[in-house]
Amino acid sequence: MKTFDYSKEFEAIAQAYAQSGGSPAALLDRKFASLVVSGNKVLASNSIPGVRIESEGAQTGVRAKVIVEPRTQVAYPVHLCFGVIPEEGLQEISSEFEIGEGAKVNFLAHCSFPHALEVRHLMEAKVHIGRGAELTYSETHFHGKEGGIVVIPKTEVRVEAGGVFNNQFKLVSGTVGKLDLELTAELEEKAVCDLETKVYGKREDKIRVKESVYLNGPWSRGLVKSRIVVSERAESEVLGEIIGNGAHTRGHVDCLEIIQGNEAKAKAVPLLQVVDPTAKLTHEAAIGSVDKKQVQTLMARGLTEGEAVETVVKGLLK
Amino acid sequence: MLQIEDVSLNLNGGPILKGVNLRISRGEIHSILGINGTGKSTLAYLLMGLEGYHPTSGRIIFEGEDITDLPIWERARRGITMAWQEPARFEGLTVQEYLLLSRRNGEGSLSPATCLERVGLNPSLYLSRPVDQALSGGERKRVELASVLAMRPKLAILDEPDSGIDAPSLDQIIEVIRTLAEERSSVILITHQEQVTRIADRASCLCSGMIIRTGNAEEMARFFSIHCRTCSHINEPEGELIENI
Repeated sequence: MKTFDYSKEFEAIAQAYAQSGGSPAALLDRKFASLVVSGNKVLASNSIPGVRIESEGAQTGVRAKVIVEPRTQVAYPVHLCFGVIPEEGLQEISSEFEIGEGAKVNFLAHCSFPHALEVRHLMEAKVHIGRGAELTYSETHFHGKEGGIVVIPKTEVRVEAGGVFNNQFKLVSGTVGKLDLELTAELEEKAVCDLETKVYGKREDKIRVKESVYLNGPWSRGLVKSRIVVSERAESEVLGEIIGNGAHTRGHVDCLEIIQGNEAKAKAVPLLQVVDPTAKLTHEAAIGSVDKKQVQTLMARGLTEGEAVETVVKGLLK
Repeated sequence: MLQIEDVSLNLNGGPILKGVNLRISRGEIHSILGINGTGKSTLAYLLMGLEGYHPTSGRIIFEGEDITDLPIWERARRGITMAWQEPARFEGLTVQEYLLLSRRNGEGSLSPATCLERVGLNPSLYLSRPVDQALSGGERKRVELASVLAMRPKLAILDEPDSGIDAPSLDQIIEVIRTLAEERSSVILITHQEQVTRIADRASCLCSGMIIRTGNAEEMARFFSIHCRTCSHINEPEGELIENI
């Protein structure tokens, strides 16, 4: 097993951050609010006017709280960087996000586990979005090729009246390992929630995604969209759930799982529950191989079958 | 350039194409006329080499080479391409990326922007748009035609490029087809609109999987209008209408 030089930890985490698509320069730029966590240590934390980041290391992880003051329009994305650089480790992140009334903020979170052989990354997040506030949270993962990682993010979101929550989760680089993602969002009047999850499973990966949106307030609306590709012996199970409790609520579950090869397995469960009779919920779920017409169209432009399939899959996961 | 020699195709135990013979020259626009269900699209799929559309008998010769057993992509790399009547949608692929895929084999192929301009779409508005459900049916068909242009094909098979296109845009589509031919591409133009057929050099009328007549496009458009539009015995051609080709 490789030994890890902790004196170069920031450099290593910045490098991993870049591998997951982040910009390391942003982690040092004082105009960006940011938080950099390696294992159970906070390596850097930067608050800016209107965005306060409180954090502390614990035995096996980090506790963090991000507060965006009411009516703050945060000009630059808040950068969050979580990673475990060694081959083994446990990282437990307990986080709270408090987005004040009328605020607007965009988070770019990158999670990197480039050398993982036996790493566990457990995340528990509570998100509160105030009245008329808007939060966009984009999380991109970079996993090493060995797949020796367990990722278990659990998120609870409450969106007050007129608030907006956009969430994108992307794990398409490296080997997933085991992913067990759960997100529950509760929406008040006229609140909006858009969830989009993209995962590319390979080898022996196990993917489980459960996303639930409770449309409690009248006129609230939600979209649960997932794009999962499984190849080799990977397995996926996706549950997209919308509950229409409030009057005139609108929701849609859009789940597409692509299976490549004969050994991969996929399961999709769209679940709609109409409690208020004026709620309108719809779903589309498809599991199968890549659409034949798409492949043939690209082949008619000169791509081989393999190239055509790759092009379609890359597009889905982009 | 293209010879279809006595090609038949059975699907699900039934004959769909019956002894089709056709010769198409370089730069020729050849229209295939027929009412719904006569086998027009099937003929297009068979020529492009789509899975499940291999001739039961007969041969397809392209530039002197027997391509009957070649897969789609090898036919494409020899210069054959096709525009679908209802083109596929692609999530996450922009119009620019889609058009660039068409350029990969051809030297001197046209830029995505030029192709879009030719089909009447403003590049600054369309290049970055995804080729997904956000495009209307008409827009998607124009992008499909643009991707055919981008290939600078030797043979373009266009399956009803006129369907779903509004009247003012039809002239533009017709102009694109003419341009293809002027640049020495052969075009197989599948349609059931006489107006569109008239731009062809020649036309063939397909009925019940048989080519019952081939001739001058103007004459064939008239033939189709008189005999096929009002035909009471759909897809059962009467003996006297069948002309030996």
